[in-house]
Amino acid sequence: MTGLILRRIGIGLITVLAVSIIIFFGTKILPGDAAQIRLGQQATPENVAAMRERLGLDKPYWQQYLTWLKNFVTGDLGISLASDVPITNLIADRYKNTVIVSCLTALIGVPISLMLGITAAMFPGSLYDRVLTFTSVTLVAAPEFFTATLLVLLFVFALDIGNAVVVGSTEGKGFFELISHFALPIATLSFVIASQLIRMSRAAVLNVMSSPYIEMAILKGVPRGRIIFRHALLNAIGPIVNVVALNLAYLVTGVIVVEVYFAYPGLATLIVQGVQSRDFVLIQGLGMIFCLTYVILMLIADIAAFASNPRLRHPK
Amino acid sequence: MSNDQTFDTSLHTHPDMAGGISEPEKSNHFVAPYDESVSFDELPDSAPKERFRLSLTGWIGAVIVVFWLLIAVFGSFIAPYGENDLPFPDDYSEFQTPREGALLGTDVQDRDILSRIIYGAGRTIGISFAATVLAYIVGVVLGIGAAISGPKVDMVVSRINDAFLSLPTIMLGLVVVAAVGSSIPVLICTAGLIYATIVFRLARALGMEIMVMDFVEAAKARGEGRWWIITREIWPNAAMPLITDFGLRLIYVILFISSLSFLGLGVQPPLADWGSMVRENLGALQYGESVIPVLAPALAIATLTVAINLVVDDVSAQAGGRLSKRL
Repeated sequence: MTGLILRRIGIGLITVLAVSIIIFFGTKILPGDAAQIRLGQQATPENVAAMRERLGLDKPYWQQYLTWLKNFVTGDLGISLASDVPITNLIADRYKNTVIVSCLTALIGVPISLMLGITAAMFPGSLYDRVLTFTSVTLVAAPEFFTATLLVLLFVFALDIGNAVVVGSTEGKGFFELISHFALPIATLSFVIASQLIRMSRAAVLNVMSSPYIEMAILKGVPRGRIIFRHALLNAIGPIVNVVALNLAYLVTGVIVVEVYFAYPGLATLIVQGVQSRDFVLIQGLGMIFCLTYVILMLIADIAAFASNPRLRHPK
Repeated sequence: MSNDQTFDTSLHTHPDMAGGISEPEKSNHFVAPYDESVSFDELPDSAPKERFRLSLTGWIGAVIVVFWLLIAVFGSFIAPYGENDLPFPDDYSEFQTPREGALLGTDVQDRDILSRIIYGAGRTIGISFAATVLAYIVGVVLGIGAAISGPKVDMVVSRINDAFLSLPTIMLGLVVVAAVGSSIPVLICTAGLIYATIVFRLARALGMEIMVMDFVEAAKARGEGRWWIITREIWPNAAMPLITDFGLRLIYVILFISSLSFLGLGVQPPLADWGSMVRENLGALQYGESVIPVLAPALAIATLTVAINLVVDDVSAQAGGRLSKRL
């Protein structure tokens, strides 16, 4: 078991290395020269050469890569090409918004969706179940900005609550004030992950419900609620944790769109700006942060999947 | 892994595959009695010939998909204005409400929203479709190749593929667009190659799964030819999963392209595209002026992807579950 998990973590580390190679060399094929970009068009060739030396750009690519990787691990993300400020300073002002929205979405969206999915599995085929399944099938294929537009339409235009833009600072706000501050982004992301979570948690519970020992419990006369919560749910936890982690990994994508839609500063809007201004030092640093989060969540999903499955834990 | 080689034993003549019976056995094996008048398709082991019957939701989905396809193809004939024409050249107020002459109103630059939606249909669907086809060509060729070309090649190709699969698609898209800029060919290639990683996995697994199925073994043992096995045994089993998966992939590619465009990194102005239309007109919502300029393109994407999903769900329910679930 521990061996398997260590093995999986090892594979995760290799993946992270591969990812760093893809990101580093992917941005290296950029036509511009970092020294030239930082000094501007008027710089003399001597200045550019000096700058290249200072930035280490005269060294071979693999050496540059190793230096970059070492700096990344020690928390030095380099200096932005577009604004000449250390990337860590740029991130410091913005990471809070991204983290707050993602965490609040996980805290609010995940339990609600799981509850809906599990209760739907308690009454399969009922009107409640069918409405829920149909809604989630419909919403799962819709883009984030469609869900966001519907929410803005309902709350801002029809009910006249709140704003279509998130404005103001989060300084000194309590938990519930933060929720109302980011209500629309959180609601949008919750809808997006809910459509997957409801379907998959329902399927996970129903899958367990069709096993013989549940049939035994039914024949014994155990009440329905008890069957679900005492017998079925424990065995469905593994698949459910897997699904939750996968969907949280998906938030990495969702959060980018939502930040741009509701126009508040976060890491995602920063990376989009980086792409527009071709600031590839910024893209490398932030890209690694996003990809690391994603890889770690995927890792958790995998480990949850086999930690909960005795057949995978003890392979024959 | 090289299931392919076992086929070579049965490569002798199999001329007749369009129905009718194949040549009589020359050996003294037991041969099931048959009648010349009985078509081959009625024999018990022929592929099932049931026709698909879509459910109500499936029909609704199909109608919407066909509707958007027609718009995409004939858009330039239907659109009341060109994509960058101004319906009211003398009126400089943006985000005008719907009225005669502009049925959905005008956008941030006074252009007719209806016409831009119609032009955008062709562009969004065209780019996504081309990218999905590219993903399928690359993915299937490499996937089947990996499945039949021995464990070493398979291992190397699969690991490289896994590294790309473990990145969020949007990040890969951002890196590529940052590196080479955004144009329609770049978008098609980027989306095509990103989604080829997933097709690769499916094609490889499907190749390995079906090649060792009992009925394929049985057909080989019966002495059927390679072509017969591929067309009569493998294709009927692989077709439905592959087609439904194509539909699913198309949804993801549409969402991916639209998201990139929405972030301002996809289709560039002044070309109309649904994702970039949402971005351009976001101000209409933020200043509380009007909903339609944002809602219309977002609704267009949502109706298209949801409709494809309804059809895919319906077809895959009848074809025995989605491919991804079977793997």
